[in-house]
Amino acid sequence: MSFMRSMRALFWRLSAFFRKQQRDAEFAAELESHLQFHIEDNLRAGMSPEAARREALLKLGGFEQTKKNYRDRRGLPELEALFQDLRFGFRMLLKSPGSTAAVVIALALGIGASTAMFTVVRSVLLRPLPFKDPARLVRLYEHSADDKFPYNQVASGVFKAWKNESHGFSDLAIVSLGAEYNLSGQSGQLPEKVRAAECSWSLFPTLGVEPALGRTFTPSDDQPSANGTVVLSWALWKRRFGGDSSILNQKIRLDAKSYAVIGIMPSWFTYPEQRVQLWTPVYHEQSAKDMEVLDSHDFLAIGRLKPGVTEAQATAELSVIVRRLHDQHLDDPFVSKAANSLPLLDDVVGDIKTSLYVLLAATLCVLLIACLDVASLLVARGAARRKELAIRSALGGSRWRLLSEHLVESLLLSAAGGGLGLLLAYAALQWFVATRQDISRIEAIDMDAIVAAFILGLVLLSALVAGIASSVKISGDQVLSALQESSRSHSAGLERVRLRKGLLAMEVGLTVMLLIGAGLLLKSYGQLRSSSLGCVTDNVLTMRFSLPEEKYAQPSQRVSFFESLLERVRALPGIQSAALVRAVPGQGYAGDSGFWIAEHPPLPQGQGQYALARWADPGYFAALGIPLLRGQTFDEKARLDSPLQVIISESFARQYFPGEDPIGKHLLTIGRRPFQIVGVVGDTRFTIAEAARPMMYFPIYTSLYGNVPNEATLAIRSSRDVTSFAVPGQKLVEQLDPELAVSDVLTMDQLIGKSTLDASFDATLLLAFAVLSLLLASVGLFGVLSYIVAQRTPEIGIRLALGAQRGQLLRLTLVDGLKPAVAGLVLGLAGAAVATRMLSSLLYGVQPLDATVFAGVPILLLAVVGIACLLPAWRASRVDPVIALRYE
Amino acid sequence: MGDKADVWQGTLALMILKTLETLGPLHGYGVARRIEQTSGGLLSLNYGTVYPALLKLEQEGSIESEWGVSDNNRKAKYYKLTRAGRKQLERETHDWKQAQAILAKFLSAEPST
Repeated sequence: MSFMRSMRALFWRLSAFFRKQQRDAEFAAELESHLQFHIEDNLRAGMSPEAARREALLKLGGFEQTKKNYRDRRGLPELEALFQDLRFGFRMLLKSPGSTAAVVIALALGIGASTAMFTVVRSVLLRPLPFKDPARLVRLYEHSADDKFPYNQVASGVFKAWKNESHGFSDLAIVSLGAEYNLSGQSGQLPEKVRAAECSWSLFPTLGVEPALGRTFTPSDDQPSANGTVVLSWALWKRRFGGDSSILNQKIRLDAKSYAVIGIMPSWFTYPEQRVQLWTPVYHEQSAKDMEVLDSHDFLAIGRLKPGVTEAQATAELSVIVRRLHDQHLDDPFVSKAANSLPLLDDVVGDIKTSLYVLLAATLCVLLIACLDVASLLVARGAARRKELAIRSALGGSRWRLLSEHLVESLLLSAAGGGLGLLLAYAALQWFVATRQDISRIEAIDMDAIVAAFILGLVLLSALVAGIASSVKISGDQVLSALQESSRSHSAGLERVRLRKGLLAMEVGLTVMLLIGAGLLLKSYGQLRSSSLGCVTDNVLTMRFSLPEEKYAQPSQRVSFFESLLERVRALPGIQSAALVRAVPGQGYAGDSGFWIAEHPPLPQGQGQYALARWADPGYFAALGIPLLRGQTFDEKARLDSPLQVIISESFARQYFPGEDPIGKHLLTIGRRPFQIVGVVGDTRFTIAEAARPMMYFPIYTSLYGNVPNEATLAIRSSRDVTSFAVPGQKLVEQLDPELAVSDVLTMDQLIGKSTLDASFDATLLLAFAVLSLLLASVGLFGVLSYIVAQRTPEIGIRLALGAQRGQLLRLTLVDGLKPAVAGLVLGLAGAAVATRMLSSLLYGVQPLDATVFAGVPILLLAVVGIACLLPAWRASRVDPVIALRYE
Repeated sequence: MGDKADVWQGTLALMILKTLETLGPLHGYGVARRIEQTSGGLLSLNYGTVYPALLKLEQEGSIESEWGVSDNNRKAKYYKLTRAGRKQLERETHDWKQAQAILAKFLSAEPST
């Protein structure tokens, strides 16, 4: 009841904002009639007219006083004061549009960048996965026997043991990595190579996802005897099948075999990779024998923890199982000895985590610098109005009113900056999503209520930082000193100048940290780009394909396809050379193999050695300019069952044949068959970010795994622009087999660009932030110094009049400006020394305390800051004493 | 004059409501005058304080006002009780009497020997 009454009163009081004059007039009339009644009564009581009026006014308690009390009750005085402050703030800001615009833009950049980065970080790292009860999902790993790979992929046989023997999981699922299919064209469509995931039927129930249409796999689909079934991604369904739901239960052809489409996944679902376009049941796709291997780590495994079971308990049980398998197979060094696990979210976003946090920290630095800039602008204004404020406070203006005026002003600035920042953040996000399709969960990025709250928080925070920092000096008993100080314009209050210099030192310090971070990343990127893959990269075009096993069942079919493809490509005019290889340098890990050296004593039990494995045609090394260091390349005429040959890389020879000639020795590998070493070639890197590892090459035309390999990369080298061969190359493949699709048609430069995208992205963004803050800091410094010089003009005039040298004044002012910069520089260097450790995992070939960067940044900073200081200093030395003194 | 009591916080509203109940619609001056007279000259009242109190009661919906003409043909703003105001008066009168009774009992207690 009483609540209703006060609400009613509140509405009434709010509505009193309007028609103020009319309401005032009405009350004046009421008071007037009151006085008349009283005067009449008094006259009747026999008073004189003057006395009657005086007594009536006295009894009323003052005409104006009553009016004020009435007005206070009528409206909401606090609110009215706020509106007044707002209007006043607007006017003050509009009076100096230049600096206001500068501040708003600075804030907009700071707020916009941090909002965008926060949105990315939140969407990618902080938001739970869109699966059912994601906290219970874990990714499972094997811990390799030699401790080199604590988070290794899982072997199919190990997974089988886990599935049969463990008790900690309500569901377990296995997925093959990197599967691909030739999707045949229907009614005139081109064939296409699509990225796929072969998964156990349990994958979807484990994650707790339902298909958008149709169904997912059942246990009966997921076995060798079943008919082929496939689940499509939403994107593939829309793009390739026009979003037509009649595709359900229809047959499509994958690798020249027939598969029934049983379901379509929802659009947001892509697992385990962004690129996956369809899912097939793994126990149907792989032979039963392949799904029981213990030492080939080709699979990804995930599990859903049973309620009440911790990740540690469940993993410990898996470890026991792996240990038992290890002990049963002591002769095989590639059977792991323990299990490991990670929460699924950590696994999905692991790679990008550090760099996103670094970028977020950088944007927050930029925001802080922008706030400090705003604060120093407001301090300057505060200083200019110090006298006015002192007078107002001497006349009884409440301190709170003066402070709130300040806060409102900075709030206005921050709100304008925030609004602009929001637009900026939106644009930045669009750009980010378009540029970084490779980041997993990028599709989850969107701005929501929490982000909006974050922006609001940023705006309020920056207003508060700026407002408080600049109004610290309003409080305290300084009214008198302010009046004294400003009675004659000598020089600005020392306190205030010190405050501004403190703010400046902080700005410079933060800038130094950003510059050093950017410098390190840039240098690291430079190292990365200049490191050599070990082969020719100019004008080399690559494209991948794989021959469907069904259609090319016979080794001779595969050999003749390879031969005729190479022959035709080499016949194209303008081609310098062409070759076939499992994977060109920089294309990735691609695979390895364990080996023993026949001529060496056997290794102790449980120890193994392995090297990266490649198959290539005899002309590969010459085609890509990989030097043949010893021996020769494969026998040109060797086919199918010719004697087994192998070529090893330089580091292979160094590591396993120290002080020996490897030529003529034999490696026991691929089913422990003896391969004779015929040559040693130069090292190449499988990825640009890692040093070369030992590598062995096998001839592509001979039977290796009971057959000739069926997948290969075609590399074409030309002396002119090689991209013009992309279409002719694809056409040649089509002529040989219209159903065969090629994929990843990329030049070597593009390949390298892809693998260095992260590094270049981080470096570019951080550099942009650093340049921005350098700009902000020097603008701040310039502003402060100009202000100080303007304030000290009369003093400088006196000094000049008394005979000071202009050079001396120049030096004095310059030192005045450089002092806070140097202080900030020292602070920033110290801060950077600590902060750059966070970067170390992002750096390649550069130490976090790199001397060049740590020496270069101060020089750059001092140069920029020096220029910013020089102009005000020069102006100070040009002061005309006559004019300066006339101001007095 | 020195012995006169000031109006206690919160009681002015109750006095105004009671006055309007007793006398019917009345202007501000009349209300102030009546309160002072009823107190038998024991209360010192700034007439000006009546107006914010009247405004508050009106904002809360206990009274309403309209312009009218007095007996001697003078324009004045008249205040009168609303239904809500009547109920409020009843309730507050009851509360007040109860508080008074409790306090009276409390104060009249004899010191125990």
